[in-house]
Amino acid sequence: MSAAPILAAFRQSLGEAWAGGAGALLPLGFLGGASVLVPLGIGSDGETLKAVGPGIIWVALALASLVTLERIFQSDAEDGTLDLWLQAGAPVSAIAAAKTLAHWLSAGLPLALFSPLLALMFQAEASPALLVNAGLYALGSLAFFFWGGVGAALSATVRRGGLLISLIALPLYVPTAIFGALAMSGGPGSAGAPLFLAASTLFACAVAPYAMAAALRLAAD
Amino acid sequence: MWTYFANPHKFLRLSDWLAPAFYALGAACIAYGIWQGLWVAPKDEYQGGDIMRVMFVHVPAAWLAMASYSALAIASFVWFVWRHELADIAAKAIAPIGAVWTALCLATGSIWGKPTWGTWWQWDDARMMSVLFLFFLFLGYMALRAAMDTRQKAARAGAILAMVGAINIPLIKFSVDLFTSLHQDASVITADGPKMAAVYLTPLLVSAIGHSLLFGGLVMTSMRTEIRERRIARLRSRELEAF
Repeated sequence: MSAAPILAAFRQSLGEAWAGGAGALLPLGFLGGASVLVPLGIGSDGETLKAVGPGIIWVALALASLVTLERIFQSDAEDGTLDLWLQAGAPVSAIAAAKTLAHWLSAGLPLALFSPLLALMFQAEASPALLVNAGLYALGSLAFFFWGGVGAALSATVRRGGLLISLIALPLYVPTAIFGALAMSGGPGSAGAPLFLAASTLFACAVAPYAMAAALRLAAD
Repeated sequence: MWTYFANPHKFLRLSDWLAPAFYALGAACIAYGIWQGLWVAPKDEYQGGDIMRVMFVHVPAAWLAMASYSALAIASFVWFVWRHELADIAAKAIAPIGAVWTALCLATGSIWGKPTWGTWWQWDDARMMSVLFLFFLFLGYMALRAAMDTRQKAARAGAILAMVGAINIPLIKFSVDLFTSLHQDASVITADGPKMAAVYLTPLLVSAIGHSLLFGGLVMTSMRTEIRERRIARLRSRELEAF
């Protein structure tokens, strides 16, 4: 086993994400656009927006992960790259994890870092808590990307697999969404919720790569 | 034991009489449960009066929702490890039937909830949410199988997804348990034994057995259909080869 194929997969995925010059701006635009729909949809009342703001950002992050993951393995399965990954002599699970991580770096982490600005638009008060929340969004979105990656790997050979990925992955997003929303609610139980959030993300990072590997071997058949 | 049951011919011979037996026994048990539940058991004002009688369908449906996903996960695991075709046939048969019972659990729960709690649906209730996500897991499983272009691929993809779902269920359950619960606590299986009067408990258990038997019979019939469909497909392709 060697680490070279894993690094190559990581670089390839990062390159793909930045190709075309838009890079992280494209997912950011999606997040911004999706979030702007909210005040239009539910009304511009300040108190309401303040209450739903953190949750809206969680939902937008989940959607952003689903939208960007659709092609993560599909293009590899189509052009034969996947067959090369499988013969590269590195664990397929590690390659899948590296690709997922690269996608999170280009479409998950930037959105989390952008979240304080969105929170301000949803009438949250400017405070260091917004930066803490950005960290929680980063942590939670990592779980979104890993579980979404399982859905993407399973539907890599399915034409128009985007909706299928959503249906597969959304039940798996539940713990992250609940722990994340609980951590930001400030209500009872919110003190321990970040730890639960971290635990569920670690669980996703530990389990999802093996499921992705099994699914990718299937896609290459 | 696996190898004995893994033989489709033996399964066909066994289910030939076992499935009708399950239907007959199941129908008798469900009829007894409904009769006892609707006419014999006294109504419980604390649980909303006569509406609590929906319990004799709701609780068995909830039990089957969980049992059928467990069965789906076990069948998927058996197929994935030992590649016994019958396990995949079972998994394919269980999914839609289990999904129907899960939907039945949600529907009867809503019907019971409206008069007693004053709401059809409660978002912060742990059990409702768990069952709803179970329902979505079933839907995702069926959608994924349907999207695959060959039977073998559908079996593999389905098995991976069912196993990923199964190891996630404890986590989903734990996370929704953090919500404050409106639903009553467990009252049949508890550490101190059942907390329910025998006049309710007996028909409830008989009803649950009846639903389980009906479920088993339906799964067997569906598996028999699938085995024969595969046989037809094989015969057809052999016919084509002969040309």
